[in-house]
Amino acid sequence: MYVKQLSVFLENREGRLEEALKVLKDNGINIISLSLSDASDFGLLRLIVSDPDEARRVLKESRFSSQVSDIIAIRISHTVGSLFEVLRAITEAGINIEYMYTLSVGVEGASLALKTSDLARTDELIGGMSVHMYTQEELG
Amino acid sequence: MIWNEAKECMPREEIEELQSARLKKLVDRVYHNVEYYRRKMQEVGLEPMDIQGIQDIEKLPFTTNEDLNKAYPLGLLAVPRSEIIRIHATSGTTGKPKIGAYTRRDIDIWAEGVARCMTMAGVTRDDTVLVSYGYGLFTGGLGAHYGAEKIGAMVIPVSTGNTAKLIGMLIDFQATVIACTPSYLLHIAETLEKENKIDQIKLKCCICGAEPWTDEMRAQIEKRLHIKAYDIYGLTEMMGPGVANDCDAHAGLHIWEDHFLPEIVDPATGKHLAPGETGELVITTLTKEGLPLVRYRTHDLTSLSYEKCSCGRTMARIQRFKGRTDDMLIIKGVNVFPTQVEAALLTIDGTTPHYLMVVDRVDNQDTLEIQIEVEERFFSDEIRSLEKLADKVRSVLKTAIGLNARVKLVEPDTLEHSQGKTKHVVDKRKLYD
Ligand SMILES: [Zn+2]
Repeated sequence: MYVKQLSVFLENREGRLEEALKVLKDNGINIISLSLSDASDFGLLRLIVSDPDEARRVLKESRFSSQVSDIIAIRISHTVGSLFEVLRAITEAGINIEYMYTLSVGVEGASLALKTSDLARTDELIGGMSVHMYTQEELG
Repeated sequence: MIWNEAKECMPREEIEELQSARLKKLVDRVYHNVEYYRRKMQEVGLEPMDIQGIQDIEKLPFTTNEDLNKAYPLGLLAVPRSEIIRIHATSGTTGKPKIGAYTRRDIDIWAEGVARCMTMAGVTRDDTVLVSYGYGLFTGGLGAHYGAEKIGAMVIPVSTGNTAKLIGMLIDFQATVIACTPSYLLHIAETLEKENKIDQIKLKCCICGAEPWTDEMRAQIEKRLHIKAYDIYGLTEMMGPGVANDCDAHAGLHIWEDHFLPEIVDPATGKHLAPGETGELVITTLTKEGLPLVRYRTHDLTSLSYEKCSCGRTMARIQRFKGRTDDMLIIKGVNVFPTQVEAALLTIDGTTPHYLMVVDRVDNQDTLEIQIEVEERFFSDEIRSLEKLADKVRSVLKTAIGLNARVKLVEPDTLEHSQGKTKHVVDKRKLYD
């Protein structure tokens, strides 16, 4: 099960993050989770939002480059080693983890967003484990 | 088809022999008949006998735009005024107009040059040639006209300005050849398409010039009008169109070396560059009587190829024009042309991204930054891919211009907003204060 993630390119300029968020707010788009990654002179904002396609459209109108892509969102229990189990299964299958970040959804346990080199197989692998995978509806 | 095989296919040694003989005569003529040239030669301690052939050409001083301005209108005339039978001139939007002053023989050689070019494009006496360059002071109209007449084709001198009338003539006379600027021809194509008249025309080829055009424009013209497109080159001060033209191989424009001696020099130092290297095109008119030019700097950037062409001609080929020297930047001692940068960026995915070159000087060191807009097609949700894009830009630029540039990815539409669509360079160095 995949979840749609919205990524937005941000130049390292004063106030760009605020501007992107304002565009979403002004258009009634709800932010469920937000994560910001920095490179040397640009940043990537990764969001789970209530309506990703609409969000992309309104961002484009405001001259932001963005993209909607699939990720896998999981919830793991706080027991020791449960994240390790998941990551080991993925790496042992020869799949690369492109990036991973914590989802700030207020539920029991830890929620993570995962992007791998082979999302379909990752989906299969995790499906066979006792790990909860979020659906779009559950998050939205 | 070749108009003058004896000349156009001459072996290289014979071309050079002929050029050497003609250059000697030219130097003699200008030294004795043109005070301006004589003084320039004397200033560098040069006498006619110092020039024994084309191997000595580098000894001769250049002739520049500034010289033409100073000598305006007829200060460089090398024959008595009574020998001149016609004058042409450029519009002179950026200074004094450039003058063409022709003796009867100059007009004949001009017609010969254009006839060679048109024959290269397949024009024969059976063709109907519609000339839609402007007639008048501009060299395009009368230049094409005399060349086509020399071949014996039927010439329709429509000139410019009335597209409806032109299309009428095109259809009524079933013209097979059109000579005009490429942008005007695209306009004609558009009009024909709108009026559903494309299948009423009988054009087989066009001879386009007088402005820079791209391969993309050529492809458009060929596809939309179902014709073959040829590129003709020339400058008023050299004579007009007909100095060079591209053949069916489309691998450069053959320049009539028996009348025009081309050189490629480093625009900054004026020194010769090796065949194939890109630099400024310098032309010496070997046979012009009225207003001869000695080592005239065209400001056009290109390279020369001397290999025999698949069409059979031996005359050197001017490669695709890469820009104007006026746009040249010197960064860390390297000559950089915005067009080189543009061509390099084009290789990334086939379309030039929006970009801006920012040249600066930090601690007495030149720096070059290239800002690239992250358009949607470049976008990725992975930092690594975006960094790869920046690396790719860095490496294609390093290959193209030999400089390490700092690449900065910027948000879409940020560059046009501040800089305007065509501005691609910001030079922050204050070199001349
Ligand atoms: Zn050829």
